[in-house]
Amino acid sequence: MSLITTLARMEAVREGRAQPLTTVRHRHLSPRPLAFVPLTTAGEAGAPLGALVGTDRDAPRLLIVAQPRDRDLRFAFLAELAEEIQPYLDSYADEVDLEERKETDPETGKKVPVQVELCADAPQLLVPSTAGVAFVRLLGRSMRFRRTAEQDPETPFPAPARVPLLGRWLTHYGERSRVPGSCLLLSLTELLSRHWATGQSNLEDQHLGSLLAWIDPPEGAPGAEAALRAESERDGDGLLRCPPAGPSTDPAFDNKLLAPAMSRYDAARTEASQGVAGGAARLRLAETELRGLIASQLRPTWDALWHGVDLLRSLPEGARVADRWKRDRWSYTGHRDRVRAGEPPQPKLDDAVTAAQKLAARETAQAQLDAHEALDDPLVMAGRRLAGEAFAGEVTDVEMAWSDAKVPRPRPLVTIRTEDRPHLAERVKLHRVTADGRAQSGEFAGLADLDGADGADEADGDHGADVVEGPGDTDGLGDTDALSHAHGPGRALVVRLTGGMGRGKEPEPGTVPEKGDLVCWTLFEHAPRGGPELPDVESTPWTHGGPPDAAAPAQGPQPDPMTEEDHL
Amino acid sequence: MDARALAALAANPGCRRRALLDGAGVDKGALAQALGAPANFGQSQFAHQRGNSFEARVKADGGADLVRLLHERLRDGSEPSGPGAVATPDLTASGPQGRTARTALALREATEAGRWALLDHPMVSLDVAGSSAFLEPDAVVVHPDGSWTVIEIKSFPMVDGSADPAKVGAAARQSAVYTLALERVASMIGEPDEDGGGTTDPAGAAETAGKAARGPVRARVRHQVLLVCPKDFSNLPTAELVDVRKQLAVTRRQLDRLTRIEEIAAALPEGTTFDLRLTDDGRIPTRPVGELTAAVDAVDAAYAPECLSTCELAAHCRIRSRAAGRVEALGRGVRGELGGLTTVDAVLTAAMNGPADGAPTGDPAVDALRRAAALRAEALAARPEAVACR
Repeated sequence: MSLITTLARMEAVREGRAQPLTTVRHRHLSPRPLAFVPLTTAGEAGAPLGALVGTDRDAPRLLIVAQPRDRDLRFAFLAELAEEIQPYLDSYADEVDLEERKETDPETGKKVPVQVELCADAPQLLVPSTAGVAFVRLLGRSMRFRRTAEQDPETPFPAPARVPLLGRWLTHYGERSRVPGSCLLLSLTELLSRHWATGQSNLEDQHLGSLLAWIDPPEGAPGAEAALRAESERDGDGLLRCPPAGPSTDPAFDNKLLAPAMSRYDAARTEASQGVAGGAARLRLAETELRGLIASQLRPTWDALWHGVDLLRSLPEGARVADRWKRDRWSYTGHRDRVRAGEPPQPKLDDAVTAAQKLAARETAQAQLDAHEALDDPLVMAGRRLAGEAFAGEVTDVEMAWSDAKVPRPRPLVTIRTEDRPHLAERVKLHRVTADGRAQSGEFAGLADLDGADGADEADGDHGADVVEGPGDTDGLGDTDALSHAHGPGRALVVRLTGGMGRGKEPEPGTVPEKGDLVCWTLFEHAPRGGPELPDVESTPWTHGGPPDAAAPAQGPQPDPMTEEDHL
Repeated sequence: MDARALAALAANPGCRRRALLDGAGVDKGALAQALGAPANFGQSQFAHQRGNSFEARVKADGGADLVRLLHERLRDGSEPSGPGAVATPDLTASGPQGRTARTALALREATEAGRWALLDHPMVSLDVAGSSAFLEPDAVVVHPDGSWTVIEIKSFPMVDGSADPAKVGAAARQSAVYTLALERVASMIGEPDEDGGGTTDPAGAAETAGKAARGPVRARVRHQVLLVCPKDFSNLPTAELVDVRKQLAVTRRQLDRLTRIEEIAAALPEGTTFDLRLTDDGRIPTRPVGELTAAVDAVDAAYAPECLSTCELAAHCRIRSRAAGRVEALGRGVRGELGGLTTVDAVLTAAMNGPADGAPTGDPAVDALRRAAALRAEALAARPEAVACR
């Protein structure tokens, strides 16, 4: 946690409510997201207990598994889930934009522009917590290798038709959620804690109810008190008033209500199957009771989720969020194409090459996200300035100069007065965005004296004599002792502009800042690129398994073995 | 005190409150309840049933399955155990001391016998801060070469060969406590021979086995434990060896660091008691809440948010820590950048009330805080439309 975040948390403690960490919203929120609030059975991997799902906050669909140990009931649940989610996912597949992309022509070997489809928008899944994201991945894993009767008539326990397909989509969404800044699958706790600092620790922020209590405390209650109530207040029966956001349930609920209701259901089911009079009616009654119980645990989380969405929508969207969302649209379109092309489900484990590619892509995405957020948001930039990765200030002097090349290029020297303490060294590359949104590069040229005219003279002299005289000046930079001695808080830094001024000998108008302008330079790149390209598949090094063996039969992933009793 | 509690104690060795209460065998859950800050702990009966049925399944057929799994993972090229080759000594005895003694005896016999043996729910003891804690591992397997492996059976799944890292970490810490306790038993059983310390080559093992009839054998505890979990979404067991050397070293060091309970107790005011008995009508506690609170507060706690998942008393400690405005309540790492400032008030005062000229104070933590506060205020003031976060 950076110092500026720590400070925000302490302000939240003092104020009794969460404090903003950002001034804009840094994640895309779909106008029509699909909310998914799952519950799982304690101690069981991938045995769902129930879920609320839907795009309409007032009319979620409730799905339950009355007896999670029963495979047929679980399959029925998954089929219903697919019925609800799959049409939503598909509804974005057909509205496409055409984008131009360069592709290598197989005949000529040249790069030629081709038209490719890009979905105009993409479906977005919202879950309450990070545990929910993990559950989506787990569900995806448990479903995508199932076989339907159509795929394999021999399969002993055929899955309903859409289940394997939904498994592949959930896997894709789960995998995409690991890319920093991606927005196909988001958890509310992550979203909210990115935008607000509460007066509690990160660990406690994982509880959606308590996080919301800090951000939007009920009238007259300080955040800490409201959060504590959300976390642990119990009613007369010892049940939590604000049930956990799942997917795991409150053990007290399991033991006191759920287990007895399930036994009643089991008993009624046995009776009904034996044809005892009134058994069917009792079965319906028991199922209705279970539905009510599970809904009572899900509904508060469902409402909290949408409450969080409302809070987030009250923030204006950051300027670069749409750019990043476009990558999510590409990701969605890509998976749509893979499904349409009939490719097999994602493998259980990535091979070394795919893993390396994914890792590299995530690193690039992280660097890009960090840069985007700082540029979109002065509050995030403040954190980078405090960390010495950027500085902002007023231009106090601009002096024209040119490079020594045969065709001289403009290299104006701009003096900026700032109180920031960037980690600068000689000729460190600097970046900024001009007023009209274009990128400009520069390099650090040295320190100037702060005392008005003298300073300008010295900068003059510096440059006039020798451009490379900078080093002497910059030796002590970054060393606070040397910097803070006489001048008080402010310093004057000289930046030599090296780009973004057009092609001519004279810089284009508006590209060089003027005296009195406020500018912000960063030490990090604004559009970071990834590392060097990975080798082709054919030249995979032995460290990564070597080139693929063409002779080896392409082996599709095997479905999981089914045991007679499956779970338990 | 069980291994989970010990592992948690070892994770926060500076907490005198926990050391004292655990050492004295106080029911922290009941104490927290009496203090009005009960912990949100509890186990669902579904998880409990699942855990029990999985463990029973793994241990069915006399441990042959378990030994087969262990042998597969070892990949040491040794002969697999034949049918009926696994001894399962009877460990029943009365009382924890009796069971501990029975376990030690069984371990000694099994080690000398030079064949596979499975000890189902043995009991070992460990000296913690001056008092004995009795621990019950799920199982311990004795190898033919006289070495022992701790078996930990968990009901969380291993999907495609990997499991939840947090849960694996907890299991490893717990197993390390068992390993530590077993090492004590091993040192009591087998005095190492004069000619060679801890050889593990097959020849040495064979020699040891050969000597079994004549003299004391060398028993040793392997530093890899076998974690047994359900495979993927089935109830078939799968297993992985988990190296616990690091957890073992940490636990050993932390347990040594634990202040001896007598010292903590000596510093308490005379007559301090955590008596939770109820009066005869079974409703009203003997001690009023105020008195209990004072008793608990007489021992220092080292609260951090991590405590919430491991200590029953954490909710109470959190209330006290927050009331005192301690910065650790926001996370253990927070202290790092704050120098000598230990309370939220002190930090906010330092950040907001700087001298007008912004001259450095000489305290780098205070200077950095002022800068952070100024930058934050500047950025917030520049918001186009101050967005109300309500």
